[in-house]
Amino acid sequence: MNIHIPTPLRAYTGGQQTVNVPGATVGEALEQLVGAYPDLRQNLYTGEGKLRSFVNIYLNDDDIRYLPGKDATETSDSDELTIIPSIAGGCYL
Amino acid sequence: MLKISYTNYEALRAHGEETYPHECCGALLGHTTPDGNHVRQIVPAGNTRTDRAHDRYNIAPEELIKIQRQARGLGFDIVGFYHSHPDCPAQWSKTDFDEAHWVGCSYIITRINLGKADVTNSFLLTGTGEEDKQFHDEPIEIEVRQEKGQA
Repeated sequence: MNIHIPTPLRAYTGGQQTVNVPGATVGEALEQLVGAYPDLRQNLYTGEGKLRSFVNIYLNDDDIRYLPGKDATETSDSDELTIIPSIAGGCYL
Repeated sequence: MLKISYTNYEALRAHGEETYPHECCGALLGHTTPDGNHVRQIVPAGNTRTDRAHDRYNIAPEELIKIQRQARGLGFDIVGFYHSHPDCPAQWSKTDFDEAHWVGCSYIITRINLGKADVTNSFLLTGTGEEDKQFHDEPIEIEVRQEKGQA
């Protein structure tokens, strides 16, 4: 399946904006990704292995945090994963 | 150096006037070149922080996904974001810094003074991740091109 990489993380995927990996579940696909590009791991996960709070990962149009199966959700080759860091801020403090 | 057309520059400033006294926000699509980020299109987005839109902004991840797809379809990348500071300086705040995660991207901030767009600044987020990220002042080069049909 294809995983779309956001601009700031392409430095760790050799500049590739889309990476194709095998994987029967969301979790397996992500493991394949960080296995192929180890420097991505610390940008996606905390030291405890949890997805960083500002990193959103979508399976097609669904946030994987809210999928019933979460990262154990089964996937097919035609599915797409998109990694998208949050964007927020504001003028006060 | 951030390059942006006069049309896009004025459009993102006008967006801040439209949403005043609330913060506006949007994405910058284009290319990263050896000289810096080159904006080719801006995409206005909704501010989901309706609880305190006067001093906070957030773009829904679902909207970001659509913007990223749009960029891919056009052959562009997301090279930055813009937002407004209603009656606050056009400088990044601690909140802006804490919430900035797009290393290599430009963050444009426009001060909206009593409803009118005032100073616009850009800041480039550099580093390798959360531990060493930094904002740097980034000059803006506004490209003025003759529109077709104009003298």
